[in-house]
Amino acid sequence: MAIIVFIAFVVFVVGLSFYLGSKAKSSSSYYAAGGQIHWGVNGIAFAGDYLSAASFLGICGLIATVGYDGFLYSIGYLAGWIVALFVVAEPLKKLGKYTFTDAVDANYNSRGIKLAAAISTLVVSICYLIPQMVGAGVLVEPLLGIPHAWGVIMVGVIVITIVATAGMASTTYVQFLKGALLIVFSSILVWVVLGRGLSTQPDQDGKVTFYQYAQTQASSNDGKIAAEGLEILEQVDVKGGLTFVRVNHQGQENWWYASNTEGGLTLKESQSVVVKTDGKWINGLPESESNKLRPVGNLEQIRGQKQVETSSLSIFEFLASITDEDTIVRTWKSASFTDAANNKVIIYYPNDVPGDRIMRPGLKFKVEGTLLERLDFLSLMLALFLGTAALPHILIRYYTVPSPASARKSTIVAIAAIGFFYILTLFMGLGAMVNGSMNPADSNMAAPLLARSFGELLFAIISAIAFATVLGTVSGLIVAASGAVAHDLFDRYLQIKMDDRQKVTAGKISAFVIGGIAIILGILFKGMNVSFLVGLAFAVAASANLPAIVMLLFWKKTTARGIASSIIIGIVASLGLIAFSPELYSLYGLNPLDAPIPFSNPGLVSIPLSFITLVVVSLLTHKKNT
Amino acid sequence: MLHEPVTPSGKDPAGPYKQRLGIWMCLFYALFYAGFVAINLLSPLTMGIIVFAGLNLATVYGIALIIVALIQALIYDAMCRKKEAELEEIPAQTNKKGGA
Repeated sequence: MAIIVFIAFVVFVVGLSFYLGSKAKSSSSYYAAGGQIHWGVNGIAFAGDYLSAASFLGICGLIATVGYDGFLYSIGYLAGWIVALFVVAEPLKKLGKYTFTDAVDANYNSRGIKLAAAISTLVVSICYLIPQMVGAGVLVEPLLGIPHAWGVIMVGVIVITIVATAGMASTTYVQFLKGALLIVFSSILVWVVLGRGLSTQPDQDGKVTFYQYAQTQASSNDGKIAAEGLEILEQVDVKGGLTFVRVNHQGQENWWYASNTEGGLTLKESQSVVVKTDGKWINGLPESESNKLRPVGNLEQIRGQKQVETSSLSIFEFLASITDEDTIVRTWKSASFTDAANNKVIIYYPNDVPGDRIMRPGLKFKVEGTLLERLDFLSLMLALFLGTAALPHILIRYYTVPSPASARKSTIVAIAAIGFFYILTLFMGLGAMVNGSMNPADSNMAAPLLARSFGELLFAIISAIAFATVLGTVSGLIVAASGAVAHDLFDRYLQIKMDDRQKVTAGKISAFVIGGIAIILGILFKGMNVSFLVGLAFAVAASANLPAIVMLLFWKKTTARGIASSIIIGIVASLGLIAFSPELYSLYGLNPLDAPIPFSNPGLVSIPLSFITLVVVSLLTHKKNT
Repeated sequence: MLHEPVTPSGKDPAGPYKQRLGIWMCLFYALFYAGFVAINLLSPLTMGIIVFAGLNLATVYGIALIIVALIQALIYDAMCRKKEAELEEIPAQTNKKGGA
């Protein structure tokens, strides 16, 4: 079922692309859909562009694992549209032709700006492309049962086909279709989640048997753990003060988590993946079709009551029940280490958190932590607020409508559609958290797996839409990036003489090359956190592009050199800070504590630095230009 | 080298008004957003206080940030359209007087 719906959807999208492609022959048609898209269609297409894998897969997954902190991304992503509407929309439409570079260079005709802005568009688009391609691989793997790499290649080929056939026109209609379907089916998913209500033993409407994890009191003597009825075979203390024990429980070996709380030492049954020379072992037995990681996520208590289930709930009752201080949510964390036999062990262990803690910030972003941890949070919120209005693939959509007023109206439609969707993410994420449908090894699949708990048809539709989400966003990014190469660099910076048809061909060749790069990066970056990467793309965009756009519009002393310098400093500073941050040190396999930059989000430093650069260089070069 | 927009937009007499209005509305929203971030940073436990129908401040403020964005957007559009209509009428009336 899932495969049929999925293939039908992809065939329809590619067919639509070919049909629209037969109508688009000129460069204005390829890069800006001829500037004739209706504002309503463009508004929903904005939503399609913007609601990427990070929004649908990433945010829902984050809410499902860390609660309210995931919703902070929804708030920040939406707030960014205010800057886009009030500051950027109409002026940008008046200034530009095809690309972000056109807009910032409109009053200057400067080779420096053309080069800097084209590089910025490429860098931001590629930063944004990586998580989309990783998301595509994650999605296709369970849906079609093919390896991650093949999933990424498949997305790449389909997207290149879409972009190369008709550019912005087909991309716009694909985005419109996907944006509308995403919002409609997400609403349906939230409706059935509320209809099901809450349960301490979620069984997916009787389709699966709820698995009750065992736990027992234990004692510790000189650091050695013992528990009645359990044979402890091995004890491992890992970084961060966590302790795990390998036990023989009712004749089966598995790893348990030693939880030391005020109530004493408790051993809790966990899930484990042990990589041995003869293959993976899941929960003490060889991996097979019938022995995989069990889906997780449930409430241990609802408003102080154990073993209880509610009838259908209103939106307020649903949120209030989870927010209650006497509600206990069972979330799952992971840890990895090497055991005594030198096998790699990954453990997924239960972590019970009160509902009121889940529903306020702090589980991911350490708002109660050190000054640096708080500044890191501030930096992220700043980048999210300022990043949207600086994303090249969003900015070029202003050129597809016929007038500045249409640009304004389409932004308002986008805010309505995106805002509504982001409120839905709270319900989808929390629904995934408590419905026993989560894959403990991959939070990105939270929303599709929640849909699967309601049946294969809804899963198939939601998965096809999620796949289209990736297709649509990647299409938009490749149009933006190919515009930067073919239009900004070849045509305007290098001034290679091309007729209209050759410009379109150059755009299509660029789309092929950038699509190929995206495929390679999508395979190389497998396993990276989708939302984290998108957050970084926002920081790079806000640092490199926003100071140029804002100062160009509101400060008359802005010079071409000031703009070019601020773009380059913004890129170098943001990428440099990211490269030496603790998160990236972890990815390099180094100790994050050794990272020279003590925070992960660069915006708080790189955005002001880019603004200051623009002001200083403009003041120094102002007289020369006038 | 000519490099004009795909669709020429013509003169926009309401442009300066819309720009001023946009900046003020953006500043208003930025303050509202900054208040949310500031509470998180300076008094994170305040976010856990139940304020409405069993929902805490974090949930209510977060959803309010989304809804207020839409309300502001609609107000901005209505004010822009009103101004655009006003300024379109002035030249039309001038033309009528000139023709009489």
